[in-house]
Amino acid sequence: MSTTTAPGKPRTTGAPSAPHTTAARSHSPRRQAVGVLLGPFTLLLFAVFLIPVLYAVRLSFFSETHTGLGFGNAHTTFVGLRNYAAVLADPSFVRGVGTTLLYALVFIPLVLAGALALALLFDSGLVRARQLSQTVLFVPHAVPGIIATVIWLYLYTPGISPVLDLLSKADLTVNFLGLSMLIPSLVNIALWSGLGYTAVIFFAALRAIPRELVEAAEVDGAGPVRTALMIKVPLIRSTLSTVAVFTTIATLQLFTEPMLLSRATPLVGPRYTPNMYIFDAAFTRNNYGLASAASVLLLVVCCALSYVVTRGTTRSTQRVPDPRKARS
Amino acid sequence: MSTTTASSTRPYGRIVANILVGASVLYALLPLLWLLTASAVDAEALFASDFFDLSHLALVDNIRALLTQDDGAYLTWYGNSLLYAVGGAAVGALVSTAAGYVFDKFDFVGKRPLFALILISVMVPATVLALPLYLLSSDLGLANTVWSVLVPVLFNPFGVYLARMFSASYVPDEVLEAARVDGANELRSFFFVGIRMLAPGYVTIFLFQLTAIWNNFFLPLVMLNDASLYPLSLGLYSWNSTAPINPDYYPLMVVGSLLALLPLVVAFLLLQRYWRAGLTAGSVK
Repeated sequence: MSTTTAPGKPRTTGAPSAPHTTAARSHSPRRQAVGVLLGPFTLLLFAVFLIPVLYAVRLSFFSETHTGLGFGNAHTTFVGLRNYAAVLADPSFVRGVGTTLLYALVFIPLVLAGALALALLFDSGLVRARQLSQTVLFVPHAVPGIIATVIWLYLYTPGISPVLDLLSKADLTVNFLGLSMLIPSLVNIALWSGLGYTAVIFFAALRAIPRELVEAAEVDGAGPVRTALMIKVPLIRSTLSTVAVFTTIATLQLFTEPMLLSRATPLVGPRYTPNMYIFDAAFTRNNYGLASAASVLLLVVCCALSYVVTRGTTRSTQRVPDPRKARS
Repeated sequence: MSTTTASSTRPYGRIVANILVGASVLYALLPLLWLLTASAVDAEALFASDFFDLSHLALVDNIRALLTQDDGAYLTWYGNSLLYAVGGAAVGALVSTAAGYVFDKFDFVGKRPLFALILISVMVPATVLALPLYLLSSDLGLANTVWSVLVPVLFNPFGVYLARMFSASYVPDEVLEAARVDGANELRSFFFVGIRMLAPGYVTIFLFQLTAIWNNFFLPLVMLNDASLYPLSLGLYSWNSTAPINPDYYPLMVVGSLLALLPLVVAFLLLQRYWRAGLTAGSVK
């Protein structure tokens, strides 16, 4: 980085042993600087994160009840965990969780394995036009989810899609929006958006591996595939699990794609995923208590997941393997 | 490099590797090429997937139709998206950069728990926050205003995390010490010395935040009723809901989508160095 060279003014270059008096003297200006520079972010942290989270938790314990026949004034009453019980007992919520889990089970291994394979190929030195390929692979990440879905939705729609035209010329009919193809069709949209992005992250981590370790393995007679799987992959384990957590959290938020698909096929209902359930509960049924309880459940699952995985990785990075031992 | 030995001893490996990468590149590229060609032809050719008959070329007509539909709603949405994304990312990245710099260069009471809270907030899905944010802002009378979609997107905890790492590697402590000796106070040091050295980091955070805001759909969907405040994502969504009923909207959606993704694709192509730096910093811990 050329910009990191100090723009030091000539007068000061000879004074690296700066006296510590400044630190002692400027105690309050220092506090003032922390306040000014950190203040805006802290304000945001409270206003758009901490307070809303606490508010959602509070809402989830209350319910709006109407006196009389429902025409009287609405007033909120404390209902304890009843909203949570209602969410968990709701078959449409449970079905949504099941759908999302199934989707996650297909998508996450596919995107992680695919991206890792691509990153290892890029790192192997066998691939031509590496930089250009990475850039092209990355571009779908810059395409808004809604537009990615629109593109693929049209490619799935008979009468518009050139893909379906080609298939029909070969006497093949695939109904991408049919019941059995819904999950694969959704996975394909997410895979298209995320594959290159994830591959570039993995590639960056692979580049950071000390070359001696890889060369030592090669000298020991390990082939490129063996080196990749036994040396390189274990060394980027912490990146792999961090990316896995982020991917999982993004997967649990599945919303935009099925929301658009729900306009194209009746097979995708308004409560197809937990997030769509929350949206439906809040804005179609106006049941904020129920929606908040579902939000808090989603939040707890995400925090628990990231906690487990971060604990797991800190432990595993502490015993970075000796590559020669790792081979046996 | 061992590239030459590997390629000469394993020609099959080389061929297979290039085929696999080539196939992935085509997978990424072909849907976008379809969008490009589909935008350039008239409706008749679009529904017939007939992209090679030059008499059906209608890119200019399509764009004209797009811009005049619904009294120019598309341009309004485009302007809104630019305001939310460029404004939000410019301010948000500055807020994150300043905070990351403080976490790197200063010690203060409550530093560790505050940073832990920031790391937790990275993991919290934005959609979980959208509902309580909506309820709070409607209590304050801010729902369905510009602020309801502009303020929440300023919050970028991952940007603080990145900025802290950038600050640790781009801003040497000696330079700040020199500035102090020169009589600059801490704030002047940040605004005149620190932020210049952090400029590449700022651009990286700006770029990722720009993408996130431009692509944001859930928050505007929850917050906004007024179509004149919609960003592109929400505007296109409302048109898409009409398309199955009125097929005239299909060509509009196609060309509207193409123009909506251009700014980001161009930004990423021009600023490659920066997003690569961001992904490297994010992946190597």
